[in-house]
Amino acid sequence: MIELDNVSYGYGRTALFSGLSLKLVPGSFHFLTGPSGAGKTTLLRLCYADLRANSGKVRLFGQDAGNLTRDEVAMVRRRIGVVHQDCQFLDHLSIAENIALPLTVADRIAEAQNNLAELLAWVSLGPQAGQRPPELSGGERQRAALARAVIMSPDVVIADEPTGNVDWEMSQRLLSLLIELNRMGKTILIATHDLAMIRSVKADVNARVLRLTGGQLMQAGADL
Amino acid sequence: MKTILAFIIGDPLADGAVPSTGVSARLTVFVAGAMAFLAVFALALSLTAGRLADSWADDLAQSATLRLPADLDQTNAALRAAVNVLQTTTGVASARVLDADEQRTLLAPWFGPDIPVESLPLPQLIEILPDDTGYDVAGLRARLQAEVPGAVLDDHGAWREPLLAAAQRLRLLGWSVLALIGAVMAAMITLAAYAALAANAQIIRVLRLVGARDDYIARAFVRRFTLRAGLGAAVGTGLALLVLQSMPVADVVSGTITHFGFIGLDWIWPLAIPVLSAIVAFAATRMAASRRLKDQT
Repeated sequence: MIELDNVSYGYGRTALFSGLSLKLVPGSFHFLTGPSGAGKTTLLRLCYADLRANSGKVRLFGQDAGNLTRDEVAMVRRRIGVVHQDCQFLDHLSIAENIALPLTVADRIAEAQNNLAELLAWVSLGPQAGQRPPELSGGERQRAALARAVIMSPDVVIADEPTGNVDWEMSQRLLSLLIELNRMGKTILIATHDLAMIRSVKADVNARVLRLTGGQLMQAGADL
Repeated sequence: MKTILAFIIGDPLADGAVPSTGVSARLTVFVAGAMAFLAVFALALSLTAGRLADSWADDLAQSATLRLPADLDQTNAALRAAVNVLQTTTGVASARVLDADEQRTLLAPWFGPDIPVESLPLPQLIEILPDDTGYDVAGLRARLQAEVPGAVLDDHGAWREPLLAAAQRLRLLGWSVLALIGAVMAAMITLAAYAALAANAQIIRVLRLVGARDDYIARAFVRRFTLRAGLGAAVGTGLALLVLQSMPVADVVSGTITHFGFIGLDWIWPLAIPVLSAIVAFAATRMAASRRLKDQT
């Protein structure tokens, strides 16, 4: 589904990581941990073709990401729902319009009428549907971002620090939504530095925990 | 037609993805309006010059004048001889001697209406109208030279051709100005589109992150700029037509200046300006969006 093979990436002359390999199989659940600046966000961006690897191969749904045209990248992104750390909303649109945006840009707006109410209820944002993103709390924004990530019914959901700006209770609620998606067959990849949160849900989901540090990606130990 | 209508109506949700505020919106409307205003006058100039050229070509090509000098001995005999030559020349439909009233009318613009033409040594003029086949000018000149010495045949060619050339150049100038106006408008709208695309870089990024294709993103900008240019041009054209209508009619007694503006079916041309402006804006914005989106990867 998503496969990184011997991938290197760096900004300028500084290599962030090199020789990195990762394979996300359908239905899998991965946590990506590591210290700040280790390259977690960069790794995620490689996974949804927002960056191109300096070397190595990134394969997205069997296609070489390095050879994708801009239109092909757009089509790939419709199969990958992303919850960005800073949500990436359009502040001039309402929350409902933001959530429906992936359907709007895919010219499938008619489907939004059916899916939107259901999704808003799923993330408990029905009353806030008409509000603008700046009017929402951090937790509400993260839930809205999650709703937007899944409205296209993607194969993969990638979340970058989804619980970074919310309290413990809200982070548990967001994680339970992601686990629910995984039980529905979605492949989940979550980048987080919050180890306590990972420990709290280990019993609920068969998750693989990866640690990115010093430019190397490794399986986290049982002591996590 | 259905596609054009769908383009004009648009999709409110899709359009809403890109906010419509900003200086580029006002700039586009203003530029399109100003350019359309100028285009109407350039068009009027071109069409007027064309009409003038056609009119001169038609009127002057269809007639010639035979002039008998006032001091020509035995003028009446010379007049009869000249008329006889003309009436027996193949290709001459009519030869009419201008009377005193007509000569007075011709001289009135320069000497006033009360000129005593009878007491002045004026040359006698004969208006010659050819038939459809026309006559041999050189042959007629030779016959006149032999039978009416001193008579001068003026087929208007000496001053008709430079006037025609001037009118045609004026017409060409009008079309060149129109082309220049179109090019300036395209350049200005391209700049405005670039500015709008740059100002909305973050929005474009978000749209791409959620799977928008370049075509979708470009569509929002292209539609907006096309409609703005069309609207601005419609207002500019309307104002220019009002100004044209309020201008005094320029027909003068000499008949060498025609009405500046649009006559009859000419009115269709200015109505095409908003449509052409919209087409120019469509092409310019589409090109700008395509380039900008390619760069912003």
